[in-house]
Amino acid sequence: MKFLRHLMEKPWEPPQASDLALAAGPGSAPPAQKIGLWVFLCVVTVLFMLLTAAYAERMAFENWRPTAPQWLLWFNTTLLIESSIAFQWASYAIRRGRMEDTRTAMIAAGFLAVAFLVGQIWAWVDLSEIARFTLSNPAIDFFYLITALHGLHLLGGLIVWGKTTHTLWHKPDLARVTLSIRLCAAYWHYLLALWVLLFILLFNGSDNLSALLVFCGLQ
Amino acid sequence: MVDVTDDRLGDFDDSVPPSEVEDVELYHAHSWWTKYVFCQDAKVIAIQYSATALAIGFVALVMSWLMRLQLGFPDSLSIINAEQYYQLITMHGMIMVVYLLTALFLGGFGNYFIPLMVGARDMVFPYVNMLSYWVYLLAVLILVASFFVTGGPTGAGWTLYPPQSILSGTPGHNWGIILMLISLVVFIIGFTMGGLNYVVTVLQARARGMTLMRMPLTVWGIFTASILALLAFPALFVGGVMLLLDRLFGTSFFMPTIVEMGQLLDYDGGSPILFQHLFWFFGHPEVYIVALPAFGIVSDLISVHSRRNIFGYRMMVWAIVIIAGLSFIVWAHHMYVSGMNPYFGFFFATTTLIIAVPTALKVYNWVLTLWRGNIHFSVPMLFALGFIITFLNGGLSGLFLGNAVLDVPLSDTMFVVAHFHMVMGVAPVLVIYGAIYHWYPKMTGRMLDEGMGKFHFWITFVGAYAIFLPLHYVGLMGVPRRYNELGEMPFVPPSVVPLNEFITIVALVVGFAQLVFVYNIIRSLRHGKPAGDNPWKANSLEWHTPETPPGHGNWGKEMPVVYRWPYDYSVPDAAEDYVPQHVPPSKTLAPAEEWPKNTL
Repeated sequence: MKFLRHLMEKPWEPPQASDLALAAGPGSAPPAQKIGLWVFLCVVTVLFMLLTAAYAERMAFENWRPTAPQWLLWFNTTLLIESSIAFQWASYAIRRGRMEDTRTAMIAAGFLAVAFLVGQIWAWVDLSEIARFTLSNPAIDFFYLITALHGLHLLGGLIVWGKTTHTLWHKPDLARVTLSIRLCAAYWHYLLALWVLLFILLFNGSDNLSALLVFCGLQ
Repeated sequence: MVDVTDDRLGDFDDSVPPSEVEDVELYHAHSWWTKYVFCQDAKVIAIQYSATALAIGFVALVMSWLMRLQLGFPDSLSIINAEQYYQLITMHGMIMVVYLLTALFLGGFGNYFIPLMVGARDMVFPYVNMLSYWVYLLAVLILVASFFVTGGPTGAGWTLYPPQSILSGTPGHNWGIILMLISLVVFIIGFTMGGLNYVVTVLQARARGMTLMRMPLTVWGIFTASILALLAFPALFVGGVMLLLDRLFGTSFFMPTIVEMGQLLDYDGGSPILFQHLFWFFGHPEVYIVALPAFGIVSDLISVHSRRNIFGYRMMVWAIVIIAGLSFIVWAHHMYVSGMNPYFGFFFATTTLIIAVPTALKVYNWVLTLWRGNIHFSVPMLFALGFIITFLNGGLSGLFLGNAVLDVPLSDTMFVVAHFHMVMGVAPVLVIYGAIYHWYPKMTGRMLDEGMGKFHFWITFVGAYAIFLPLHYVGLMGVPRRYNELGEMPFVPPSVVPLNEFITIVALVVGFAQLVFVYNIIRSLRHGKPAGDNPWKANSLEWHTPETPPGHGNWGKEMPVVYRWPYDYSVPDAAEDYVPQHVPPSKTLAPAEEWPKNTL
């Protein structure tokens, strides 16, 4: 743990010769954007952990009325998986200098992500048409809230995707666009993992969250 | 004191390998608008943040005067009714905690000092940093707008507990609560943009040689508080969005089945306690979001103005990190009276008391830093000492409230109000003043008037105690909070009445005395004594910029290189009583003229 090693330093001791090598700075500092993305993902993780905890807390009430599983969510999940794969393909292609492949992959990734969002909105409409639909059912409220927040994060990612894709057609600075695509890919993989977890735990009708809570001794 | 006079210093080779990391591409303003308004320079953003925070903070201060007038003279000077009183306590609390203290410590001090203290040219994402301020301003404007809508601002109390916060019996239930929640959500989005900048700049953009353990404790405090805020604000975000949906669309996240004015509402099955958990999961770390930067700043002020290296630097850093970690597992001590399993109460009381350990460690280290130091009773030092005493006193009353058994009778009394004003109000505000007196010379090139500064300190410090010590007593007598007048309360002794009057008069005097500070700030801009580059003879990098005030990009052509921690004061055998961070080992004992200079 590099961070913990740093915390063991004794800065009050007189400077040592080795400090001067240290003073030369890191040989290849990770780009600020990369660290920024990781910090941001930590924030997003906390946000969704809190939502899941709130869901679990509410679920323990006797009058909990879970929503029926929606087949459309399975289809949407495959779209997001494909979008994530396309981003990985773009990241792979640009590192090998294959610009045509990169462009194709980026277009595919964006298209699939938009399709996922359209599918999610479709799922919203589907849910609103069930016979027992009422906004006073917290399970329904949670479904809308969590999917909306996840979708908003994806929408934010699509803005960066749009900028990066636009750059790809206009004499890009290769190092910069490579970094941008790699970070987009990382963000998409994260949002996919997050969605899969949310889907498995909360929205596929199999009560996996209860099983997990029982397994952890929390219920 | 560490003896650095070892024989290696004489023939030490100071040569440093060339930097392997490229200098950052600096933002350049092209017009007056992009230089002073939509500016991406962290120092300008810091001033924008500070000015906005202080302006809205002044509004909240005026609210406190109105509340005090009402409490002190409910018969002769009854100027606000019960509903308005609720609205004032709500807005005063929320503005002071979130829109003033958080914004000023992180957005104001963070923006100004992080790049300068770690030796960076600017924040790593200047555009996002600029957006952060404008989103913050938008949040403030939305909040202010709630004063002008039908029904006025919300009177739900700063905790905004449902179900009462959105029911029609509460003032501002129609538009006030909606605007408050939207404002909070917008604030959090803006803060996240800023917070990412503060954290990544510290992690990524430090000068060569500026290891984490060579950072000034001010940076450690702001850095850790930023992480804390990034992880805690999502809880308020989630709670705020869910409450907003309950209010606007009739969802039932927090709203249970409930009857209002004899009518059954459409809500069904929500959990009000869930909101309390979410709120306090944010709310308790919020205390440390404000306190940790204050801890860091005080450490630096004490070290500089007592010419002593900070005692137990490593422990101070660890204590900051440990306090930050622990602050996430104490939140439910704010909820003892909401009905809790006694085992939970025991758990949260225990963690609350444990947090006193690293906090006490910091207080001991401040005192030990002062011990046998060459203490200069300058104005920043007076404020720093005032903070230590006040935080200690506030912390001691916290021991009462942290215990579930004692908290139950004291909860919802003025004792709680007095406690959190000592730790969350007076203590951080003393640090803010100390910091302004300390760094104003660097920010403007002029000294603040010392006479006015000392007057300002003594009237603020003594005045704060004259207000809040009696308020503890009033609370112990059982006077409840959130009441605009006591009326007929047989258990309240008559002595409370003159005490309330006394507190009100002192609060007004202390409040108006702050105008001396405002006058000092404005007057000194033109007529202050020229400060020079480093009037306090301090070591940290911000005092060694090529220009005062620091110019755009902070440094000259060469970026600074750091060789030591920022606390080398009174080094034995050294020609000066301070050795700045950029002085190489071979020059440790040399006079200041021989130290390397950062030039344009």
